[in-house]
This record gives sequence, C-alpha cells and structure tokens, in this order.
Amino acid sequence: MREVAVLGVGQTKFGELWDRSFREIGIEAGLQALVDAKLGSGDLGGLFLGNMASGTLLDQEHIAPLILDYAGLAGRHLPAVRVEGGGASGSLALHQGFLAVASGHYDFVVVGGAEKMTDVPDTTANAIISSTADHEWEVVFGATLPALWGLIARRHMHEFGTTREQLARVAVQMHENASKNPLAHYRNKLTLAQVMGAGGVAEPLGVLDCAPLSDGAAAVVLGPLEVARKYTDTPIRIAASEVACDTMAVQHRASVTTLESTVAAARRAFARARRAPADVRVAEVHDAYTISALIALEDLGFVEKGQAGPEFESGRFAPGGSLVINPSGGLKAQGRPFGAVGVAQVVELVRQLRGEAKERQVSGATLALAHDVGGTGATSAVHLLERAN
Amino acid sequence: MDAGIVSYGAYVPRYRITPAEIGRVWGVDGEGMGQALNVHRKSVPAPDEDTITISTEALRTALIRGAIDPQQIGALYVGSESHPYAVKPSATVVSQAVGATPNLTAADFEFACKAGTAAIQTCLGLVGAQMIRYGVAIGTDTSQGAPGDALEYSASAGGAAFVIGRENVIARVHRTVSYTTDTPDFWRREGQRYPSHGGRFTGEPAYFKHVTECANRMFEAVGSAPKDYAHVVFHQPNGKFPQRVGKQLGFTDAQMRYGLVTPFIGNTYSGAALIGLANVLDHAKPGERILMVGYGSGAGSDAFDIEATDAVATFDRSYGRPIQEYLDGGVEIPYAMYAKFRGKINMGDT
Repeated sequence: MREVAVLGVGQTKFGELWDRSFREIGIEAGLQALVDAKLGSGDLGGLFLGNMASGTLLDQEHIAPLILDYAGLAGRHLPAVRVEGGGASGSLALHQGFLAVASGHYDFVVVGGAEKMTDVPDTTANAIISSTADHEWEVVFGATLPALWGLIARRHMHEFGTTREQLARVAVQMHENASKNPLAHYRNKLTLAQVMGAGGVAEPLGVLDCAPLSDGAAAVVLGPLEVARKYTDTPIRIAASEVACDTMAVQHRASVTTLESTVAAARRAFARARRAPADVRVAEVHDAYTISALIALEDLGFVEKGQAGPEFESGRFAPGGSLVINPSGGLKAQGRPFGAVGVAQVVELVRQLRGEAKERQVSGATLALAHDVGGTGATSAVHLLERAN
Repeated sequence: MDAGIVSYGAYVPRYRITPAEIGRVWGVDGEGMGQALNVHRKSVPAPDEDTITISTEALRTALIRGAIDPQQIGALYVGSESHPYAVKPSATVVSQAVGATPNLTAADFEFACKAGTAAIQTCLGLVGAQMIRYGVAIGTDTSQGAPGDALEYSASAGGAAFVIGRENVIARVHRTVSYTTDTPDFWRREGQRYPSHGGRFTGEPAYFKHVTECANRMFEAVGSAPKDYAHVVFHQPNGKFPQRVGKQLGFTDAQMRYGLVTPFIGNTYSGAALIGLANVLDHAKPGERILMVGYGSGAGSDAFDIEATDAVATFDRSYGRPIQEYLDGGVEIPYAMYAKFRGKINMGDT
C-alpha cells in the first residue's frame, strides 16, 4: 500500500445557508481544495462524497455525479461515489478515498462531505437524523438521537459521578473555541449558567448541550505521499484511517457508557501508526452532544474511563492545555452538517498541522486525531494525521 | 400625497387564553414559551365571530366616530388570510352591513399578514386620484395555529378599519413604499386547515430582512431618521420580533410603546400592525410623526410615513372602545373552551 497525503483542503461557512444550494456549497468546498492543492481537474481520478440524507432532506439521491456535473466535469466521465454512514458519512468517504489512493488505483481524488439540513422544518430534520439509530429497536418506540444520548449521559452520571456542570463546560469551551473560527455556525460565547438554564431537550441534555442542524460542505484532495512535495511544502500524511462498527441499538451493548466502535477504531489506528494517545497534541472529536465529547476522550484513550468530566473541567483540553480538543469549535459550535463533519474535522487538523490556523493555532502539534461517530456509535472512524518530514 | 386617515375603529374579541394554559395541555413550558415570544395573552373569537363580524364592528365604530355617510364610501377592501369563504367576498357582506352598497367597488385582499396595509395603499391611490371620496381599508384575521404548534401560542383574532379620504384628515400619509420578494416562509394551501411555516426561516431572511429593507427605503425616500418619529408600529407576529427589529433600526422603547399590542392580545395577523396604529392614534398629538411598517409572509413589507394633524386632538372617540381597554380587558378561558370555540373538537358527522 502506498502512503497517502492530504494535499489540499477547502470548506464553506457552516450555518443556515438559506440562500445557497447543495450543489453550490459542494462545488465551492471542492474547488477550494483543488486550488489549495494546486491541482487541476485534469489530474483528478475521482470523487468520494460523504452525505447522510440528501434523499429525505432534499429529495435528491445520486448526488456524487450531480456535484461533478455542476462543477463542469461531466464530460470527463470520472467515477463519483457517495458514501453513507449516518453522522460518520464524511469520515467513511475519507476512508474510501484513502484506500483508493493507497491501493494505487487512483493517484488523486477529491473527498468531499456535504449536507443541506435547514431547507426542511426542524421536526423533519430531527426525524431524519434519528433514523441513524435503530429504527425497529429504538426509533419506533419514540427514541430520538438526543433522547438516546440523554440516556447515555444519565448513565454516565450514575456510574461515574459526572455532573451537569461538567457537561455544560464542554458547550462553553466549544463556543469559546468557535469564537475564533470565521467559518463556524455559532461564534457567540456562552456562560455555564446559560447552558444549564437553557430549555430541556432530553434530560439531562438541554438545547445548548446539542450540536445544531447546519448546512455546510468540506473537501480534501488526497494523493500519493511520494509526489506530495511537488504540490505542497507541507504535505500531511494520513498515518492511519480506521473504521469500526458496533450494534445499532444502545440496548444491545454490554456497556451504555462506552462506544466500543470508537475503542476499536482508536486501538487499530494507534497500532497502525505506531503511536500512542499521549503523542496527540490536537484532536477533533465527536461532540454532537456534550456527553459525546466526554465519552470520546475516554474511549480514544486520552483519559481513564469515567474521568473525562473532572479532567475536562481541569482545562487540560482547552487551548494552551496538553491536548487541545476541537479548536474549530467542534460539532457543537462550528456546526453539524452531518455528512460534512468528518471531512471538516480533517480540514481543521490539516490547517493546524500546517501552522495555518491563525488565532486557533495549537503550538507544537505534529500528530493530530480526527474522531467521527454515526448514530449512537454503530460506526466510529478515527484518522491520524501527521506532518510529513 | 393629499390623502390620509379620516377615521378609524378596531375590534378585538373579548375572550383570552394564556400561553401557560395552552402549554399545560400540551405538556410544555407554556409560560416560558410566552416569555420567549413576549406574548402574555391572546384573544379568542367567540363561536359566532369571524373576520366579517370583526370587520363590521371595527368599521361601524370608524363611521360613527368620523360621522361618515356610508353611501360616500367608494371602495371597501377587507384584507385577511382567514376570510370565512374561499369564494364569496367578505367585503360585500361588510359593505351591505354598514349600508355602503351598492355604489362602490369592493374586494377581498390576501397577503398573509399585510393584506390590511396593502388595502390602505390601494385606498390612498383611489382617493389621491380623486376617483372616490372615501376608501375603507380593513385588516383582520381569526387565524389559527395547529394544535400544539408554536403558532398556537400567538395566533389570535382582531381587526381594525381605516377610512381614507381627503377631508377632515386626522393623520396625513406623506409617503408609502414597499419591498416585495418571493420568500416562502409561511403558507396555507387551498383546503388546508392550518398554515405551515419554515420555523427559523420566518425570522432573518423573511420578517427581519423585509421590515428592515422597507424601513430603510422609507428613511431614504423622505430623508428621515428614526429620531424623527414620535411613534413606530411594526408588524408583530409576536412581541419579540418588533422589539428586536425596532432596536436594530435605532428606535427606543418609548417610540414603540403604543404601537406594540401583540403581547396583550396575541398576533392578529392582518390586524396586528393596524391595531397598533389605532392605539397610536388613540394617543397621538398634532404634529407627531408616525412610521408604520407592515409585513406579510411570502413576502413583503409596506411602510407608511404618517403625520398626525391638528384634527387628531378634537377627533371624537366617544363611540367604541379605546385600544387600551382591549389590551387590559377580556375574559380568560380554559383550553377546553378555546378548543370548542375554535372548532378543534371533533364532533363526528353530527
């Protein structure tokens, strides 16, 4: 297998992009990435596009060729593939793109992630995102995605003494981080009192514990590491790309407070890269709900099981800490266009490793981790990125 | 423009329901919802009231107050999105009820919440062109939100009638400008009982954009600034939107004081801005300038630059109620009574 590098990145603003279409934002992110990689479309081998639910959100399936077509590339007859894995769709597309280049079948591919979620009423969008849980075992009985994560949060509090305030701290930190990110959906800062006093969604989670529904797109260009220096002075090597799955329904798991898919994907990724969690200085982790971020820190091996609440409170995961989590603001504040999330995480980390993150720059980072989750953890993906020497 | 408001009247049904009572039934924090929307009570029409009875009541008040001979009315328009009939004009029934038939033109207007302001513009045109002596513009609604929907906490009933003419004008309309686009934020298709809406989309790209753009066009057109107006009235789908847009444009709470009525009676849709204007005219002093900016989903805004004349001081308001009585008064009813009044109880085929 060939080594694979990220040569270019692009991302649209995340938010309620009511005056922009799905194809428009998809193309913008892709073109930005190509320009960043100094690549022309003539060099391209194909497109992998992560997207969760264009069929129900937009009445449009078959979106990978759609994006190529409206980017003016229909005549080149490139292969374009849509990849779906709930909220982890973007990371799964990245995994496919990585394998495609690593195998040698393609040299250069664009991996995109895009979702347009605010063109339908909130109630419709919430029903659609809940379809990433187990329909027959969970959703039919009234469970929604936030309800299931609320249940996980309550159990985490019961088992480990995690407090409501510790959950709220995650939201406060994510908004603080996003205040420095011009592409973020929410750049306003929050206080603990605001988060804890906000209206309830699924006890103990309030509305400010939950990531928003956003529109947005992100893209990266991948190519063989051996030629990467022809295109960029700072190629970023994909040191590991791992995906792992678990039961669809929360109730079928031995532990409600551990995402075994994340544990497995992280273990494989660190083994493949021959690195350890302690080597990571910056990470983008799944924080769709404040509890998700705390559990991610545990399952990725950054803290002991059950200790994420107090460890997060200590500030060690904030800018200036030993490991900076979600400098972009995460799903919570940068925004959550489902299929775009996994790719956007990598866009942020590439900018961090290149030293191009401006106000958000984490100093001394050479190894970065991206962690993406679909549903309540039926799918997890972990990518390790490294500055190539 | 040599035309303006000669007389006005308003009517709000007497029943009220609180957001807390609505929330109690649906298992949500109704009081919190009411605070978030800045709606503390909303009016509820009795079973024998509809937009025709509300229009008639409001117009009778206006005609008596202004001592206007109904036979001198040359045009009568009823603006509403809840006309009792899909086909059969409300305007003819109202015209007949007040004795204005048969020598007039009449029609129903619909533009979501701004059909009333559109009717005023039409009357200003006809009166200004001296085609008619008096034009009547009415804005009224008995709109409903689907049970349990966010709209149910604000959708209410009421209306106001304005007689537009050239003589004995109590408030001269200097200028009107509009801002209109195709923005689908709120709609109800033929045959649908309750409206649909785009949630948060009804805010920034719809209400705020159109109201702001329209107000700014007015400032530009007449060379005015917010400080030049003693009073300002915005369309008020809830109590929060007009406060926010007023603040953004640079108006103070004092300027908005009389124009904001939705917190006390709910959103009367086509009647909302007009009842706000009626309340302003209840208090306006000669020479005071008033800005009104209506808004209708779909979407558009109409702005009016108005100035109270000396006649406003001697205008006889002894007939009919001051708006303040509608804001303070009323009889609170429980949700069960509200459901019965609004036809939300399924009576089967009987």
